Amino acid sequence: MRFVDEYRDAGMARALAARIAGLCEPGRAYKFMEVCGGHTHTIYKHGLEDYLPEGISLVHGPGCPVCVIPMGRVDDAIAIAAQPGVIMATFGDMMRVPGGNGSFLDAMARGADVRMVYSPLDALKIARDNPDKRVVFLAIGFETTAPSTAMTIMRAASEGIANFSVFCNHVTIIPAIKAILDSPGLRLDGFIGPGHVSTVIGCRPYEFIPGEYGKPIVVAGFEPLDVLQAVHRNLLQLAEGRAEVENEYGRVVPWNGNPKALAVINEVMELRPHFEWRGLGFISDSALCLRERYAEFDAERIFQVPGARVADPKACQCGEVLKGVLKPWECKVFGTACTPETPIGTCMVSSEGACAAYYNFGRFSRDRVKEATRT
Amino acid sequence: MCLGIPGEIVEILSDRPDLAKVDVSGVRRAINIGLLEGEPLAPGDWVLIHVGFALSKIDEAEARSALDFLESIGQAYEDEIAALRDSVIEQG
Repeated sequence: MRFVDEYRDAGMARALAARIAGLCEPGRAYKFMEVCGGHTHTIYKHGLEDYLPEGISLVHGPGCPVCVIPMGRVDDAIAIAAQPGVIMATFGDMMRVPGGNGSFLDAMARGADVRMVYSPLDALKIARDNPDKRVVFLAIGFETTAPSTAMTIMRAASEGIANFSVFCNHVTIIPAIKAILDSPGLRLDGFIGPGHVSTVIGCRPYEFIPGEYGKPIVVAGFEPLDVLQAVHRNLLQLAEGRAEVENEYGRVVPWNGNPKALAVINEVMELRPHFEWRGLGFISDSALCLRERYAEFDAERIFQVPGARVADPKACQCGEVLKGVLKPWECKVFGTACTPETPIGTCMVSSEGACAAYYNFGRFSRDRVKEATRT
Repeated sequence: MCLGIPGEIVEILSDRPDLAKVDVSGVRRAINIGLLEGEPLAPGDWVLIHVGFALSKIDEAEARSALDFLESIGQAYEDEIAALRDSVIEQG
C-alpha cells in the first residue's frame, strides 16, 4: 500500500501529530469539520485520521459540489437535455449522478446528446460550432467555479452567441456553514476552511464563525501536512482560549480573495431567495442564479423544467453524511448496494465525496497505517 | 473539477490579452487569464487553474509541491489532466 510509508513527509507528519496530541485535554472529545471535499479526499487518501489521537475526529462537511445537488435539479437538467436540438455540456463528475429517473448516462442511452467538458469555455465552443443546436452548460460548484461560468456568459454576450445558455446550480459556502452551525445534534469545536473557495472569497467572510459562534477556523491547503497543520492551529486556539480566522494557506489564498472574480460573479449572478441542498434542505440566499440582464442565457427561463422536489431514495443517507452526522461506513448501503460503479447517493459519485473517498482509500488504509506508524 | 492545477505560463498571446498558453504536466493549452486582471503575468510565472481559468498566481515552490501532491492522488488528477488535454477552450 502507498499510504504513510511512501508519503514523503511522514516524519514531519508524525512530529506534528505529537504536538497535536500534546495539546489535547485528556478525556476531551474534539470534532473538527473539514468543509471542503478536497480535504476529505486528502484525509482518506493519506490515512490522516490515524495520525490523530483517538479524541479527535474529523467530520466531513458539505463542500462537494456534486454531492449537494438535489435529485430534483438533476431531473430538471435531464429534462432540458431531452428536448429536441439540445446539446447538454457538463463536467465529468455529473455524468453518473442519479436523479429520480436515472442519470445522464441513462439519458444518453435514451438518445440525449450530453457532452463532458473540462471548462464552460468548451461548452461555449460547442455552441459556436453548432449554430443550429441549443447548447446548455450545466453549471455546478461553489465560488471556485462560479467566476468561470460568469466570465463565459459575459463572453457569450459580447460575441452574441444566442444558442448558448447556462443551467445555473452554483452554490455559496457561507450559508451552508451557517446551516451546519445552526443544526442541532452536531457539536463542532472548529473548522478546517476550504482552500480554493477562499482564493476567490478570501478569509473575511468566515469572521462570523469566531464572531458569532465562538469557534476557530483555519483555512488550509490540500497537502497532508496542511490538513494536520490546520488541526494543530485549531487546537492551539482552543488551548489558548482564542477563536479567530487563520490562514494556513497564505501562499495561495489572499486575505481579501480575488476581487476581479468576485466582481464578475456579481456582474452576472445574484442570490436566489432559496435553494435546496441535498441533506441540508432549503437554505436561504445560498445559491446563485443569472441576473435579469443576462436572462437570454438563462436555461431556466428558456426551457420548461419540472422543477419538482424529489426525495432521496429511502436507503440513501447522503444527507447525514453531508451534515457530518454519519461517517460514510455507517450508512446502511455503503459498499453494498451503493458503490462508485452503481451509486445510490451523490457522495459515492464524486471523487470529492466522502463516501467515494472512503470507499477508494480509507477502508484499506486504517489498519495498515496503524501498523506503519507503530514501526 | 474543484482541483486547482498548477500551470506554467509559456506564452502570453499578444492578440488575445485574456488568454495565455500554459504547460501543465507536459500538456500545453490555452487558458483564460481574465480573472487575474491587474496581476502582471509573464512566461515562467505559475498560476493555479480551475476549469480553464487561472484563479491565482503562485510561486514556483508552491507549484512544484502542489504538482507532487496532485500526482500522488492518482486517478482524480489523471482524469483532470485527461479532461484538460481534450479541452478545446480557444485556440487564440
